Amino acid sequence: MITSDILIIGAGPTGLFAVFEAGLLKMKCHLIDALPQPGGQLTELYPKKPIFDIPGFPSINAGDLVDNLMEQIKQFQPGFTLGETAQTLTKLEDGTFEVVTNKGTVHRAKAVAIAGGLGTFEPRKPTINNIGDYEEKGVEYFVKEPEHFRNKKVVIAGGGDSALDWSIFLANIASEVTLIHRRNEFRGALDSVEKVQALKDQGKIRLVTPAEVTGIKGEGQVSAITVEKEGETFDIETDYFIPLFGLTPKLGDLANWGLEIEKNAIVVNNALDYQTNIPGVYAIGDINTYPGKLKLILCGFHEATLMCQSVYNMLNPGKKYVLKYTTVSGVDGFDGSRKEAEKAVVKKID
Amino acid sequence: MKITDRNGETHEVVAPTDMSMNLMEVIRSYELAEEGTIGVCGGMAMCASCQVYVLEGSEKLVEMGDEEDAMLSEAFYVQDNSRLGCQIHITEEIDGLEVAIAPYP
Repeated sequence: MITSDILIIGAGPTGLFAVFEAGLLKMKCHLIDALPQPGGQLTELYPKKPIFDIPGFPSINAGDLVDNLMEQIKQFQPGFTLGETAQTLTKLEDGTFEVVTNKGTVHRAKAVAIAGGLGTFEPRKPTINNIGDYEEKGVEYFVKEPEHFRNKKVVIAGGGDSALDWSIFLANIASEVTLIHRRNEFRGALDSVEKVQALKDQGKIRLVTPAEVTGIKGEGQVSAITVEKEGETFDIETDYFIPLFGLTPKLGDLANWGLEIEKNAIVVNNALDYQTNIPGVYAIGDINTYPGKLKLILCGFHEATLMCQSVYNMLNPGKKYVLKYTTVSGVDGFDGSRKEAEKAVVKKID
Repeated sequence: MKITDRNGETHEVVAPTDMSMNLMEVIRSYELAEEGTIGVCGGMAMCASCQVYVLEGSEKLVEMGDEEDAMLSEAFYVQDNSRLGCQIHITEEIDGLEVAIAPYP
């Protein structure tokens, strides 16, 4: 069982920054995210796109912002449960919360902050009748452990950045990589497209376009996929089939937790502390709604800060909170590290 | 212009041509689709939640670009008259446009 002061559901920028603000107040956090890596929409949808409205950054690539946030929260040693979806939320008799994921991982925390963004990212599944039978038996929608595919045959389907990037990455790990796409044109970052072209020319990636995977074969485990290309049908032997058709966000199980939902967002008390109708459960970032709400990253940062204050007060009743500026008091990490301003010199100059 | 929502109701809409808006934003600001089911990616031609079927006036629209074409080829419920709302800019030229919002997801 994983315990923490605050359990943050969603490891996008808002969830990540909440770890920092909580850390300043000496509260430990653990994060759950359905994606195999932190960063939420930023890492998953637009890592290389520049963002121009992060205060202090005239321009910063989304992926770099996530890297910065991870660096910023490092000293507060957040735990991560990645590639799992929070399924149930229960308030226990002692007032703490228990959250269990779809993989059965149990989390216990004194407060829960839902930083779910647009919702859980679910993979778009190809319309193949028997695909359900092979999920986790050769069909994978995410690449969590690239080593898993070492010396195995892999078929990747898709036409965007994900399909390109993973084809490139796995070309040096898998024994065979075949990339299948409905069209001849791929849509992605220029250098990715060029790399795949080069790998194809070197014979390291087999490209099958325009084509579509229409069936899967195998006894209990994937052994081949059926491909339709310009009227012809043929099979390709493979150990894994990885369809990368993009992700769709869904509110999912969140909708069953007894929270007040409006317009696919969680209602919170109006700019007070972002608490939901369940005391001790907060919603911050794009996932919440209140009069005047703006779905901006910087708003998520602000909401995360006020949420942490509220949790601190809830956990320390009677203790008066004193606001300290980081330039004055520095930052003491849970790992023993310390960041502080350099002391000014008081010295006579001869 | 006329916009038919996902419940089959047609709305007569007047949209500003001086605010650099796109059709997805118009649908959103008039609340013609449930929040969370339109413009999910913010208008980056990455989700197709703003897909519309152009019923009248397709000749008034600027031709589809590569990104829109690529996104529609990956989307569902696509028909010959499909376009992405986030790529249709609201200008005087598209006066009289009639669209129907496609299903999503």
